[in-house]
Order: sequence, then C-alpha cells, then structure tokens
Amino acid sequence: MTPKLFTLLLEAALSTLGISLVSIAIGFVIAMLLSAALLSGKSIYILPARLFISFFRGVPLLVQLLLIYTLLPVIGINVPGIVAAIVGLSLCTAAYQAENLRGGFASVPPGLIEAADVAGFTGAQTFIRIRAPIALRLTFPALVNEAIMILKSSSLVSVVGIIEITKMAQDLASSTYQPIPIFASAALIYFVINSAIALLGRYAERSLKGASA
Amino acid sequence: MSVPAIAIRKLVKRFGETTVLQDIDLEIPEGKVSCLIGPSGSGKSTLLRCLAFLEEATSGMITINGEALGFFEDANGRRERLPANQIRAVRTKTGMVFQQFNLWPHMTALGNVSEALKLVRKVPKAEAEERAMVQLRKVGLENRAGHYPSQLSGGQQQRVAIARALALEPKIMLFDEPTSALDPELTGEVLNVMRDLASEGMTMVVVTHEIGFAASVGQQISFLDHGRLLFSGPPAEIFAKPRHPRLEQFLDTYLDRGASMLA
Ligand SMILES: Nc1ncnc2c1ncn2[C@@H]1O[C@H](COP(=O)(O)OP(=O)(O)O)[C@@H](O)[C@H]1O
Ligand SMILES: [Mg+2]
Repeated sequence: MTPKLFTLLLEAALSTLGISLVSIAIGFVIAMLLSAALLSGKSIYILPARLFISFFRGVPLLVQLLLIYTLLPVIGINVPGIVAAIVGLSLCTAAYQAENLRGGFASVPPGLIEAADVAGFTGAQTFIRIRAPIALRLTFPALVNEAIMILKSSSLVSVVGIIEITKMAQDLASSTYQPIPIFASAALIYFVINSAIALLGRYAERSLKGASA
Repeated sequence: MSVPAIAIRKLVKRFGETTVLQDIDLEIPEGKVSCLIGPSGSGKSTLLRCLAFLEEATSGMITINGEALGFFEDANGRRERLPANQIRAVRTKTGMVFQQFNLWPHMTALGNVSEALKLVRKVPKAEAEERAMVQLRKVGLENRAGHYPSQLSGGQQQRVAIARALALEPKIMLFDEPTSALDPELTGEVLNVMRDLASEGMTMVVVTHEIGFAASVGQQISFLDHGRLLFSGPPAEIFAKPRHPRLEQFLDTYLDRGASMLA
C-alpha cells in the first residue's frame, strides 16, 4: 500500500463526499417542499407527495439510479453520470428525510401556529419561520443519521460511471493484487468521514438545543 | 352611545353535533376591561377564539369597531364569507394572549416580539427591534431580551407573550386564562402588567378564574354557563346578592383569596 494508492483513494473520497453532501442538501430542500405539500390540506398536493415518498422509499436505490441513467437518454435527456448520481441520491434521500420530518411537523404544538396566525403570518410564513425550524430541531438526529446512510449508499453510484471510494478500491485491488490493505483503507476513510459527520451533528444539535426548549 | 369595541350578535358555535355556544349576544365596551367567567367547559375559550378568528362561528356575527369579522350576515340570516384581505385587516385590531403562552421556542424574547413586525408589517429590522424593546421594557423584561423562552419563568414568558401581542398595536387585547398555567407566586407579575394596561385605557377581554382580578379590575363581567350567556353587567351587579344559583355554585368552586371579600 503506497502513499500513491492512498492518495488515489482520498481523491475518490472527495467524489463520495461531494456527491453525498450536495444530494443531502438538495434532498433536504425537496423534503421541505414535500412536507409543505403534506401539510397543505389539499389533496392535489398531498397525493403526489405521498406517491413520491412511497416510490422512492420502496424501490432500491440501485434500481433508481439505473432507471434514471438509462431512462433519461431514451426520452432525449442526455445526462452525465454525475448528474444522474446526484438526481438519484437526492430524490431518494428526499423521501426518507420527508418521512423523518413528518414526525417533527406533527409534534409542533398547535398553539405556536395559532400564535403566528393571530399575528397575521401567512401560511407560507408560518411554515418557513415557525413550523420548519421547530420540526427540524425535533428531528435533527434522524437527519444526521440519514446523512450517514446516504454517504454509505453513495457507493452505488459507481453503476452510473462515477469513481467513488468503493469503485476506486475495487479497481486498485484488482490491478495491484493488494485487496486487504486497500479495502481496509477504504473502510477507514468511510469510518473517519462518518465519525466526523456524527460529531458535527452532535455539536450542531447541542447548539440548537441551547437555543430552544 | 359610541360603537362598541366588539359586538357579538346571535353567535352560535357547534363542533359537529355539539353546540358549544348558543345565541350569544354581547357588547364589549371600548376602553374597558371585560371579564368572562364561568365553569370549565362552558365555552369561554371558544368564544374568545371566535373573537380572534381562530374558530369560525357556525352562525351569527361579530363586529370589531363596527366592521364585520370573517362573515357578514344580513337580516335574513344569509351569510357570506368576507374576502381574505378584509378578514386580515379586521383581525389586526385584536391581539391574543394564550393560557400556554405559545412563545416560539427557537426565538429569543426579542425575536418573539419583533418577528411579526418584520415579517408581517415589513418594518426594517433595526426599527422592529427598537419597537420590540419598548414593549419588553413596558412588561419589565428589557434585561431578558436575549433569553430564549426555556430560560424564562412562566410569568416572564407570559409577559413576553403580552409584549408580543402589544407590539402589533392592537385596539383590543384578548386574554385566555393568562395566569392559570402559572405557579401561584407568579400570577401577580402578570396581573400587574394587565392592570397597567387597563389603566392606560386598553380595551381588554379577559377569560379568567381570578375572581379577585375580575371583581377589582373588571368593569363588565359576563357569566357563561353551558354555552349560554347567563348574564352580563358591572361587577357590583353580578356579585350582588341574591345571586343566580349557577353563579353561586361557580363562586363556591373558584373562590380565591381575592374574592373572599365578596362572599
Ligand atoms: N375543537 C373542538 N372540537 C370539539 N369540541 C370542542 C373543541 N374545542 C372545544 N370543544 C368543546 O367545547 C366546550 C367548551 O370548551 P371551551 O370553550 O374550551 O370551554 P372553557 O374555556 O370555558 O373551559 C367543551 O365541551 C369542549 O370539549
Ligand atoms: Mg378555556
């Protein structure tokens, strides 16, 4: 296991990290939109949101990625692998994040929403300033968990041609005949990244707690 | 006679099959403190929530400073929902204080008081915070501006909630049992803030179990029982003997130190 090989793995780790973080962020925005739809009380928003969530939670991520990668060109949209990877991961994590947030939104005391209502907030203002921040605080640990899950699941994006840690490790293992040190290094890199996310998450959670009940 | 601050005409509120308010007719005089008393479950909160338009009445009409709230009902009982912007405009005349304070836990006291000014009234941040500080000073909490609700006592939280409502400069303040979630030793600071407000001539509608407060500060007392307004009048009249048996029974249950003088 030379430093050269380890550097290659680290470079691949940047792909993993970049794709995962971008997907989690995009997925978060979509999850909030899904939550708003679920809370709208209007079935034209609620039903599609429910369908979206069931679909992306019910179909394996691997199948989703392959579907996006092969389906989009057929309908005339040619996407690079990286876009397919980010779209696939984002939609998948959006469904899981929306499901996590659902419990948080349900736990926002109705009185806090009434207080916004009598103060003249519109529904959208109440969602953005009251409901969403409180639901996020209540479900923050689950969100950190989801970030870690996505980072691990991102190994699947190799099927759309992305060289991330796992794929790089496989390639290096077969070209160098040193599978054990290479896979051990890959495991170590995943472990370090995810420990850092867990630690940052706990730190963020504590500072959020300090700022609320 | 001038227009009453609030006029309630033949108000009915049902939840499904249950009638919670039955033919309520009541006028809330301007610049005075009106107290709403009655046993638990008699419909006091529901009536107040109708005035804040948190509940929509089933029939009947409410006017605030002569303007219809939510619905317009003509002499034939034909009812029409008013446009949203009109509802919004009439609602800005009232401010509401809840039993459970309902402060937003992720905002400081200053944030709670300034939020609607910034968001709804589009007041620039610096000015909104300045105006919020004026209200916090008024309730004696300027030195708690940076505290989160979880860092405040119940009495302080309720005073912040009062400041939050006052910041929007309502004409009428609605209070739903503002002290009943508080430890007894903390009710005084909230009642004092309310007394100050009353002495400034704020129109107030107060649902309360504090019979002492109602008797000393209230200028109109209304007694609600099983969704009906049994009577309404100045405290001297309401508490004068002989009393209606339902009121006598109610006073026996809720009599506190302040009301012992009435017994
Ligand atoms: N949202 C609701 N749905 C059904 N019943 C309700 C609702 N809110 C209040 N009620 C009923 O209306 C009655 C009056 O309640 P409320 O106005 O809270 O009384 P009070 O404030 O005088 O204690 C009670 O019987 C209560 O159970
Ligand atoms: Mg009540």
